Amino acid sequence: MIDPDILIRKGMPKGYFKDIFVRISLGSVTYLILLIAVMLFAKIVIDGAPAIFSSKFPFVDMEFLTAKNETLHVFDDAEGTRHKLPASKYNEYLKAHPGDTIYNEKTFSYSGGGIAGPIAGTALLTLGAIMLALFFGVSAAIYLAEYAKQSPFIHMVRLAILNLAGIPSIVFGLFGFSVFVLAVPVITNMPSDRSLLVVPLLINDFCLSFQGWNSSLMAGCATLACMILPVIITASEESLRAVPQGFRDASLAMGATRWQTIRKCVLPYSLPGILTSSLLAITRVAGETAPIMFTAAVAAKDDFPWEGLKNPLDILSSQVQALPYHIYTLAARIPNSEYTQRAQYGSVLVFLILVAVLSFGSMILRAKLRAKLKW
Amino acid sequence: MNDHQEKPMESRTSATAVDIRNLSFNYGSTQALKNIGLNLKRNEVTAFIGPSGCGKSTLLRCINRMNDEIAGTRITQGEILIDDINIYDRSVDVVKLRRQVGMVFQKSNPFPSSIYDNVAYGLRMRGERDSAVLDQSVQESLESAALWDEVKDRLQESALGLSGGQQQRLCIARTIAVKPTIVLMDEPCSALDPIATAKVEDLIWKLKHDYTFIIVTHNMHQAARVSDKTAFFYMGELVEFSDTSRMFSNPSVKKTEEYITGRFG
Ligand SMILES: Nc1ncnc2c1ncn2[C@@H]1O[C@H](COP(=O)(O)OP(=O)(O)OP(=O)(O)O)[C@@H](O)[C@H]1O
Ligand SMILES: [Mg+2]
Repeated sequence: MIDPDILIRKGMPKGYFKDIFVRISLGSVTYLILLIAVMLFAKIVIDGAPAIFSSKFPFVDMEFLTAKNETLHVFDDAEGTRHKLPASKYNEYLKAHPGDTIYNEKTFSYSGGGIAGPIAGTALLTLGAIMLALFFGVSAAIYLAEYAKQSPFIHMVRLAILNLAGIPSIVFGLFGFSVFVLAVPVITNMPSDRSLLVVPLLINDFCLSFQGWNSSLMAGCATLACMILPVIITASEESLRAVPQGFRDASLAMGATRWQTIRKCVLPYSLPGILTSSLLAITRVAGETAPIMFTAAVAAKDDFPWEGLKNPLDILSSQVQALPYHIYTLAARIPNSEYTQRAQYGSVLVFLILVAVLSFGSMILRAKLRAKLKW
Repeated sequence: MNDHQEKPMESRTSATAVDIRNLSFNYGSTQALKNIGLNLKRNEVTAFIGPSGCGKSTLLRCINRMNDEIAGTRITQGEILIDDINIYDRSVDVVKLRRQVGMVFQKSNPFPSSIYDNVAYGLRMRGERDSAVLDQSVQESLESAALWDEVKDRLQESALGLSGGQQQRLCIARTIAVKPTIVLMDEPCSALDPIATAKVEDLIWKLKHDYTFIIVTHNMHQAARVSDKTAFFYMGELVEFSDTSRMFSNPSVKKTEEYITGRFG
């Protein structure tokens, strides 16, 4: 017979107050973090929503998303009503009211119009960077996971790639600037003065000139691709390794070549992992300011990158605006006031929605593919 | 790429299908096989038996060079001849070798795709695109593997929806779909119930006129039922190799008798 005293408590349970204390402190830390997140989102949504949502159908201010950005003119007319007009409308107003005097005129750069330019630029940069990074990253991952023997050297390579992931993005920016902007070779018949090295190709006047791509879309894409390569390589290698060895064995034993095996039995089943990681990489690429600051981005640009090109490929050499850089410009390079807020928080909110959609998309995609490829 | 229509690489004159000569094999620095010598005849079923870890799977994987996939493995001595060609010779194309020497694995490993795609996989890898040819091959192979009646209405469904026994028979169907001359089976029935096991044994009997089977098994009754010859391994060495009937009635080595009668192992 068990002694009943072993199980019956006398007074408070053992460690009762200590337990409550630990529980309350851990809980309050958690809810503090939650509070910060909520305040952050609330601030962005409250300040940004007026810029992109409207009270009338379709409830989205299309102009903000599709118009180019312009200088905002704020002034009072003779009757004392306040006008806030982007530069083009301002000029129309002046033409329509010749001879009117206006008072208290102030101008705010970049604050009028919409943010179509930055949206387009970010889309182009992201698309290019992801395509580059996926091509190089998945190739390297296939080599590391499927072909390379496990030698100390390969181990070092893997370690180096991992370390690359920890390098701050501004360093990638400087690297991209000195390599892609200033040094990579191009084939041209008019080498620039600052070219590091000119190698004649002996075909007409063409020569290989190490003069870089200047600040351009392709330099920006290349820099961003370098930045996310380690993430893509590591995630892809992991998803390749997660494919059961049995699939490879079965395929090889049926007389498939190694490449056939990889293409038919390994890559398709590791695709969910690769895609998820690249969708997350997209949000990273879209959000980075430092790598594109010196390599691709401009604060102001009058036309879209694809406008006014002689050759469609020239889009690669054009500079672009970008959302994060635009946010930075609005926040740090012009005086802030109530009139700059619209563009500023509007851009932030648009960006946040973009990131949310992509992360959500990657979650759904992963779940869908996982369900289809369960083993 | 359409070489699946080619004649098998041997002339079918010599009676020996696989000739293992004095083979030693290492995983890194540990020796897994010691001086194995075996001569396997065409259209015979040979059973490999022996306690766990004695090297049966290792030897099996040597025959179609699947051990090449494991880093650090090497043949330290001896050779394996298939139709008088040393398969470890540098001139041998291992892809072609594996088209002749198919393998069914210990753990059934269907691809997570449809039943049809699983069986058609090997032929497709050889460049076969004609759907009539593929359809016929799929049906024949599934019939040979005694699976056709169970799956003929659900060929496009995922192979992972099959039961364990059906999956193993699917793997057999997939292997014979590419018409190898030698089929290696590593404990094909270890996860099967007696009925499914009987089906697999039946199909080995039915197919032995066209193939040379080597089957690893822990089931003595199965070895006795299904094989013509039996090889008993112990600690990486070949202890005894003879006609199955003789080995099970009158083994010449004491160790074999002990193992067969279940006194150890
Ligand atoms: N990949 C490997 N790396 C290193 N050693 C291995 C490897 N595979 C097998 N071995 C070793 O080689 C020996 C033979 O293994 P093998 O798998 O051939 O045994 P087996 O006879 O098939 O056993 P079982 O009946 O349990 O399948 C064992 O000692 C095992 O530990
Ligand atoms: Mg085994």
